[in-house]
Amino acid sequence: MTSAVKVRKVGTDKPPTRASKFLQNRWAGLAGLLIALLAPFVNASPYALSVMTSAAVFVMLAAGLNIVVGYCGLLDLGYVAFFAVGAYTSGVLATRFDLPLPVTVPFVIVVTVIAGIVIGAPTLRLRSDYLAIVTLGFGEIIRITANNLDVTGGPSGIYGIPHLTESPVVFYYLTVVVVSLAVVGAARLGRSRLGRAWRFVREDEDAAEAMGVNTYRVKLAAYIAGAVWGGLAGVLFAAHLSAISPTSFTFLQSALVLMAVVLGGMGSIPGVVVGAVVISLLPEILRDLADYRFFLFGVLLIVVMLLRPQGLWPARSREVS
Amino acid sequence: MTQLVWNGLFVGSFYALVALGYSMVYGIIKLLNFAHGDLYMLGAFAGFAILGAVGGVSASMALPVLLMVLVATMLLTGLAGVALERIAYRPLRGAPRLSLLITAVGASFALEYGMRAAAGADPRVYPVRLGGTSLEVLGARLTLQQLVLVGVAVALMVGLNTLITRTREGRAMRAIALDPRTSSLMGVDVNAVISRTFFLGSALAGAAGVMAGAYYGKIDFLMGFLIGLKAFTAAVIGGIGNIPGTMLGGLLLGLLESFGTFWLGGEWRDVFAFGVLILFLTVRPTGLLGERVTERV
Repeated sequence: MTSAVKVRKVGTDKPPTRASKFLQNRWAGLAGLLIALLAPFVNASPYALSVMTSAAVFVMLAAGLNIVVGYCGLLDLGYVAFFAVGAYTSGVLATRFDLPLPVTVPFVIVVTVIAGIVIGAPTLRLRSDYLAIVTLGFGEIIRITANNLDVTGGPSGIYGIPHLTESPVVFYYLTVVVVSLAVVGAARLGRSRLGRAWRFVREDEDAAEAMGVNTYRVKLAAYIAGAVWGGLAGVLFAAHLSAISPTSFTFLQSALVLMAVVLGGMGSIPGVVVGAVVISLLPEILRDLADYRFFLFGVLLIVVMLLRPQGLWPARSREVS
Repeated sequence: MTQLVWNGLFVGSFYALVALGYSMVYGIIKLLNFAHGDLYMLGAFAGFAILGAVGGVSASMALPVLLMVLVATMLLTGLAGVALERIAYRPLRGAPRLSLLITAVGASFALEYGMRAAAGADPRVYPVRLGGTSLEVLGARLTLQQLVLVGVAVALMVGLNTLITRTREGRAMRAIALDPRTSSLMGVDVNAVISRTFFLGSALAGAAGVMAGAYYGKIDFLMGFLIGLKAFTAAVIGGIGNIPGTMLGGLLLGLLESFGTFWLGGEWRDVFAFGVLILFLTVRPTGLLGERVTERV
């Protein structure tokens, strides 16, 4: 009877092949960065730069959600709420109080940490599936609130947010630098003592608790870290588009970020980065399939979970070897 | 005042119908079926298609025809629910909870945007509107068809409750909820019972979809998203997994929303509902009638 129960693990026990050794290599990350830095030399039209900047912001979102879903195993279906909180906080401060955008960053961090605690503190004590729905509801609350309040500009949102730099190329490079730092930061965090605790909680929460890990605090830390990453990505988003409105922060966005994380490989930084780039560039390539795109995404989510739950570029833990 | 109560009870009976499917599935296999709200949407569209195939319906025949469409739609969405479980959920029954939740999100997405590809993104107008003769009861205006819809909803819920508490099938469901492995040793065909549970829950959601379509007159491919969230809220308020509790939760959420809209204005209604959800999860996560569940290690 026991043999009928399939046990699925994240990661595999197979010995590394040459290809997977390369993927493990630290050069993979540098190669990715090089591609991002050289891309404007291939095509530097304003449209292409805008698409690439959006893709970079999306990578940062995915890296943040990966902390919550990939490292800690908590399903957050309203991740875009933190993105919205960050974008709106910096947008409101920049337009109403004439603060330059970099000055708004500390405020954004404080506000997203508070938002993370408000949502995380009551729900992280409960079963993980409750968290999924509560975050979904939270995403809607933030969007509807932004839609109804005057200070956030109602349905038309905030416009006229000052650009960080005049030139889109410089802004693109700035975004790439910030996003790279964020990705490396998330990876380092994942390998820290806290990161090991996260993975322990993901694999077996009861065992972690029995070994003396304060699972509640560890989960809250993951949730808050994810919130801060999302909020900072929101600042970049606001600076990039210079206008934000509630329609940018729907459930669809949250689902797309989740899609990037799951497709690439939960808990695997290179996988998540590649997943995010693919998900954000795919619509540009597959314009003709626009009607079926989200349908295919849904089917793909199911297929990946059934056939390859570890994602296309799975995480391998260093401790095992 | 009575008007608010009546409005609340009316909307609440829809919530309760959808929430029951959520609650049944959760009670038995501890899975949050995110696609449940989309089965409600599927029901509305299936009813729409059947009504379109039947052709013009005279106003006097609207109610009986609608009831027949209701039954046909329940069958269809029930089967869709069974298929969903077979394809997306059953293969992952031993897998980590996170995988199941993600396939559920994927299923919800596929249903929503599959319907969008099939029926278009614009809202459709239901071919049958229940024209209203309104009556005055205790100072509240209510229409005959509201009464009929609530009547149908109550009949379905009572039927379900009898099925679960009184029949052999219901006993099998409750046994699986307690312990699936032992029930299979005792001769319960676990997979078949879970399939039938999905059938029942999805059929109820489909029924609610047709009724909402006929009552509000407009349907679109995203209509299930919000109602799915609301239904979950209703289930949590009453105690998820507990059938009478879920019905109570649905009615209570309807009432809360009705009064919340009155106090705060319609644009805050959904924020209010989710606020209640978060409050309940903080203060009383088991819901009003739910029992304390200890997790087995």
